[in-house]
Amino acid sequence: MGKGRRLRVMVAKPGLDGHDRGARIIARAFRDGGFEVVYTGLHQTPEEIVEAAIQEDVDMIGLSSLAGAHKYLFPRTVELLKERGADDIVVCGGGIIPDEDISLLKDAGIKEIFTPGTPLDAIVEWVRENVKPR
Amino acid sequence: MEAMKKIAEKVVAGDIRTVARLIRDIDDGIPEVREILKALYPYTGRAYVIGITGAPGVGKSTLVDQMVNRLRKKEKTVGVLAVDPTSPFSGGAILGDRVRMQRHSMDQGVFIRSLATRGHFGGLTQSTRSSIDVLDAMGKDYILVETVGVGQDEVDVVKTAHTTLIMVIPGMGDDIQAIKAGILEVGDVFVINKADREGTDKTVSDLRLMIDMDQEKYRNGAWKPPIVKAQAVFDQGVEEILDEIQKHRDFLTASLGGLDVRRNQEKVRQELTDMVKNRLIEEVLTQITETGEFEKAVQDIVGGDIDPYTACDNLVLPKVGMSPE
Repeated sequence: MGKGRRLRVMVAKPGLDGHDRGARIIARAFRDGGFEVVYTGLHQTPEEIVEAAIQEDVDMIGLSSLAGAHKYLFPRTVELLKERGADDIVVCGGGIIPDEDISLLKDAGIKEIFTPGTPLDAIVEWVRENVKPR
Repeated sequence: MEAMKKIAEKVVAGDIRTVARLIRDIDDGIPEVREILKALYPYTGRAYVIGITGAPGVGKSTLVDQMVNRLRKKEKTVGVLAVDPTSPFSGGAILGDRVRMQRHSMDQGVFIRSLATRGHFGGLTQSTRSSIDVLDAMGKDYILVETVGVGQDEVDVVKTAHTTLIMVIPGMGDDIQAIKAGILEVGDVFVINKADREGTDKTVSDLRLMIDMDQEKYRNGAWKPPIVKAQAVFDQGVEEILDEIQKHRDFLTASLGGLDVRRNQEKVRQELTDMVKNRLIEEVLTQITETGEFEKAVQDIVGGDIDPYTACDNLVLPKVGMSPE
């Protein structure tokens, strides 16, 4: 058996947004950072994402949204994790998120928001600092 | 001990979080899991394990998704273990098999887990086998294990299954050549996916030729692998694949005199051999690394003070109660 905890993260695309190039690039950056990355594919409900995250025993869920429904989808994911007693899983988000929404999302329990232009290295570094294998 | 028993009870009761965490602990090599696995063993041996292997892109995950769908309609519960390779450069992995199976994520009768191959010392088989045991103890009727059939490790993984499917697609003549060298032997059912493509019939006859070469074996009562044409993405041929799996299962049951297929001597012997091997490597390697003996031996060999054969004797023999000559 391979020894030691390895960070497991999930990259998920909630809602009807059909663009996952960004999510795929993030997934790749996480892989190159040495994490195990579970990718869910497009058009996921928060319920599906949370269930998958629990089955996969991930340490973090990264939500990507470019279609404007983040104010519902992101907090709903956090809420469902709480309901399932799995709120030790860190949630962060990225995509097209207006600045004025960020504090609202953080208040709802999303730990960090990454907007366009954030260097990949900075995101990987943030995860390393802030997410520990549970 | 009491805590271990509690965890085992939760697994048997089907608690998803406990199962998910336990598989993580197995994968991460946490020593305490051994006690839990011991407690779970009496509950294993009930699930039927199907291995699915083939080159990247032949449609393994899509087929698994359709098989899960059909097994659920027959009111069977299903566990899925999808193995993807770890990058040898970063140690990370992208586990994307779930993308094709996400429609089952809300179904309580289905548990899907993605696993990375990691840098196990041939221990992938061991940890996959333990994960199969967990899903088995959890009460899943069928467990589907999906791997990219490229390395010896992956072949060993599918060998732990009761029935192994080998998937190919038409027009990859060389691919069949590659299969010949090692995994043809482990195939119980061959699936030619994307069978609307040109070259399907040629692939069928190539495969049939190879299978037919073992006439003598079949005359002596060995299983003759069937070939099924499928288009998994359109759910075509999937029922036929399940039928062939059932036939193979009946064959195994009959040839083992109705005995539990999981506990037959050959399988137990193989499993125990692997387990002993892994345990030895783990224990000895950990010890000699921690004491610094290993690193010292490396330096001695580099410095020309000793040959590696003697160094190896010196390192290993005392650990297994023997003295070097």
